[in-house]
Amino acid sequence: MLPVISVNNLSAAYRKNQVLQDVDFQVEPGTLTSIVGPNGAGKSTLIKVMLNLHPRLSGDVSFMEMPYNKAKKHIGYVPQRGSVDWDFPTNALDVVLMGLYGNVGWFKWPQKKHRELAMQALSEMGMADYSNRQISQLSGGQQQRVFLARALVQDADIYFLDEPLAGVDAATERVIMDTLQQLKSRGRTVMVVHHDLQTVEDYFDHVLLLNRTVIAHGATDKVFTNDHLYATYGGTLRWMGERVR
Amino acid sequence: MSYTGWILLTASLVGLSCGLVGVLLILRRMAMMADAISHTVLLGIVVAYLVTQQLSGVHMLIGATVAGLVTALLIQWFHQVGVQQEASIGIVFTTLFAIGVILIATKVGNAHLDVKHTLMGEITFIPWEKVNVPLLGEIPEAVVILLFVLLVVLFFVVAFYKEWKLTSFDPIFAASIGIPVTLMHYVFMSLVSLTSVAAFDAVGAIMVIAMLITPAAAAYLWTDKLYMMLILSSLFGVLSAFMGYYGAVWLDTSISGAMAFATGIIFAISFLIAPRYGIIAKCRKIQVAQD
Amino acid sequence: MIGFLSYNAQWVLLSTLLLGMASGLIGTLSYWKRQSLMSDTLSHAALPGVIFGFLVAGSKNMPLMLIGAAISALLGAWLISWITSSTRVKEDAAMGIILSVFFGLGIMLLTYVNRMPGGGQSGLDNFIFGQAASMVSNDVKWLCVLAAVVICIVGLLYKEWKLFLFDSAFAQGLGLSIRWMNAIYTAVLVLVIVIGIQAVGVILMAALLIIPAVSARYWTQSFRLVLILSAAIGGLSGMLGTFVSTLGSGWPTGPFIVIAASSIFIVSLTFGTSKGLLVVYIQRQHQRKQVIIAAQQRRVERGQ
Repeated sequence: MLPVISVNNLSAAYRKNQVLQDVDFQVEPGTLTSIVGPNGAGKSTLIKVMLNLHPRLSGDVSFMEMPYNKAKKHIGYVPQRGSVDWDFPTNALDVVLMGLYGNVGWFKWPQKKHRELAMQALSEMGMADYSNRQISQLSGGQQQRVFLARALVQDADIYFLDEPLAGVDAATERVIMDTLQQLKSRGRTVMVVHHDLQTVEDYFDHVLLLNRTVIAHGATDKVFTNDHLYATYGGTLRWMGERVR
Repeated sequence: MSYTGWILLTASLVGLSCGLVGVLLILRRMAMMADAISHTVLLGIVVAYLVTQQLSGVHMLIGATVAGLVTALLIQWFHQVGVQQEASIGIVFTTLFAIGVILIATKVGNAHLDVKHTLMGEITFIPWEKVNVPLLGEIPEAVVILLFVLLVVLFFVVAFYKEWKLTSFDPIFAASIGIPVTLMHYVFMSLVSLTSVAAFDAVGAIMVIAMLITPAAAAYLWTDKLYMMLILSSLFGVLSAFMGYYGAVWLDTSISGAMAFATGIIFAISFLIAPRYGIIAKCRKIQVAQD
Repeated sequence: MIGFLSYNAQWVLLSTLLLGMASGLIGTLSYWKRQSLMSDTLSHAALPGVIFGFLVAGSKNMPLMLIGAAISALLGAWLISWITSSTRVKEDAAMGIILSVFFGLGIMLLTYVNRMPGGGQSGLDNFIFGQAASMVSNDVKWLCVLAAVVICIVGLLYKEWKLFLFDSAFAQGLGLSIRWMNAIYTAVLVLVIVIGIQAVGVILMAALLIIPAVSARYWTQSFRLVLILSAAIGGLSGMLGTFVSTLGSGWPTGPFIVIAASSIFIVSLTFGTSKGLLVVYIQRQHQRKQVIIAAQQRRVERGQ
């Protein structure tokens, strides 16, 4: 099967540190991959560089055999929750609607059909009752669901999520992972920067271990081993109380 | 129209334009950038004068827009080279403004600009400098310029309303769906420059800041909807213009200073009594929560 | 204006030297606190207080006007803090509000004074752009004393400032009161602003607080050296600017001091030995060569 995402020789710096070096990997369609690694390993930067949101030193990336600029319409991105101004005068429905602005087009206003799509996405996230709520009045988990709804409404083929489960309640975690599983069963490809090693095996069928460069990548049951974890985290990891060997 | 009528119209137009632009300013957290631009347009005006040897409105507008863009670019550049954002703003605007003041004070090229005027505006002169507009007759030049600027601002705000909304709220996501975030940033800086210079004549440099920021901040305390914030902000701008004018006449003092102070009064009132985000409402909420 | 060797002129130059040094020091602290533009806001906010002091005294009374300026500036600082902590209005907007509204009030009062009989002699206009030459010998001596006080406070509490700025958690553990340090910082900042606005004016005062501090960083990474260098640059700018402004009649001092400081900044930015543009450029070229060599080596290894 042709890879849906292909990354070759990608290198990037962040504030004078080389944070990504010779990153190489291919992703098959219909997979749900988690990107794990220690802090500062370049996980968020990797996504940003792939989406041209951060400059690269070298390398190329293709999505469905196309460069990012041509493939933009097929890609959905859920950035980290911290990067947004929550005091902004807008409500949950409005935020989801923003995901459709690309479809609405320049100089036009969102129509009824766009609103309906947005409401539908909110309902799928269990947030229909909060559509009119100002976003600062939402809990962390609710905010994350709104962000995910915004990505869903783009109906993309490839999704990137940056730490979507960080600081959310258990119910939200379930809803999010259920949604990602649904996306996978519909043939979409999902890559998630994930912070919790304990849940990698439960949630993701593929894993990418990253520490400036790719330590290992592949099916979780084959690649998520103690050796690889040690190589990624370098002995600083305590795995269920035992030192990783 | 009467003399007072022209003055009130001028000031109201300033209030409207600044009110609209101001909302985006504070949501994008660029209040200090506006502070910088409203100072550096002075240099733009002086340079425009030196180059063209005329004090015409069009040249002023161009000179100011260029100055505003140069300011934004320089600040951006210094920040990229490692200077803190606030310090970059401070260095750029004080230096450019100082150059402007020196050029005026040393009367390079016999500039008929007066430093005091550029600082405080001279709205009382405006009704006298009239131009002939087809269909409308004799209208003060400042009013024509302000009307033009207001139309430009209205056009951009309405035409790109959803893009402003998204790029102000979540620029990273906006970039990821293909919106030209950087371009819009510089378009916005141009709008700020345009509005600043148009308002210059009326209220002078420092007071433009009051008109840009304070009504918008006051509106922010009343509503959770962006379009309502825009409407309220413009309204508060016009209200400040009227309050300021009549206050100044009553106290026999500077009209622009009074208008700036009036924006402060409206903000103070909003700060106290706004139903959801004012202080009194918040105290009541805390009491209710404690009961 | 009398020739620069005159007694009064010497005192004026000395006072702007000390003022520049004090500004450089405080400006360094502000930079590390990431509050560079607060000084701009507080300078503008000082204007109504100056004029109020004049009105209360009935004539030009420097101590009263300076106290008025201090109260006004502190009131502004307090209001900014209140607005940011109790509403969704962010700090930059709050600063813009206080800056412009207070300044507007100041202009209202100034216009009122200027229209009073004899008001035109108040010399209050000089507070907008600064006029070192108009300072009377008493004012000058006060300025020197106060500037020296500021320099002493920064110098004596050097260790405390260092902890306060770079490791406040650790500092608290040692018993250093953050609240007290903040209070002293604010007090000294307001003091410098209040004495500085005579020479530089309210609008450009921020420049003397920001520019020397930023310039110093291009020559050294050591906090102590930055402080010293910043003071030196500030002092030099103050003196140079004041001197140049005396060359023309009626030239305001503030803008020339700013230009002097900016010139030093441009030089520092370009040629500074620590992260100056030239140095960085040379380093980057060197790094690039290293990366190319390393990549070539790797390719050779892989090929074999």
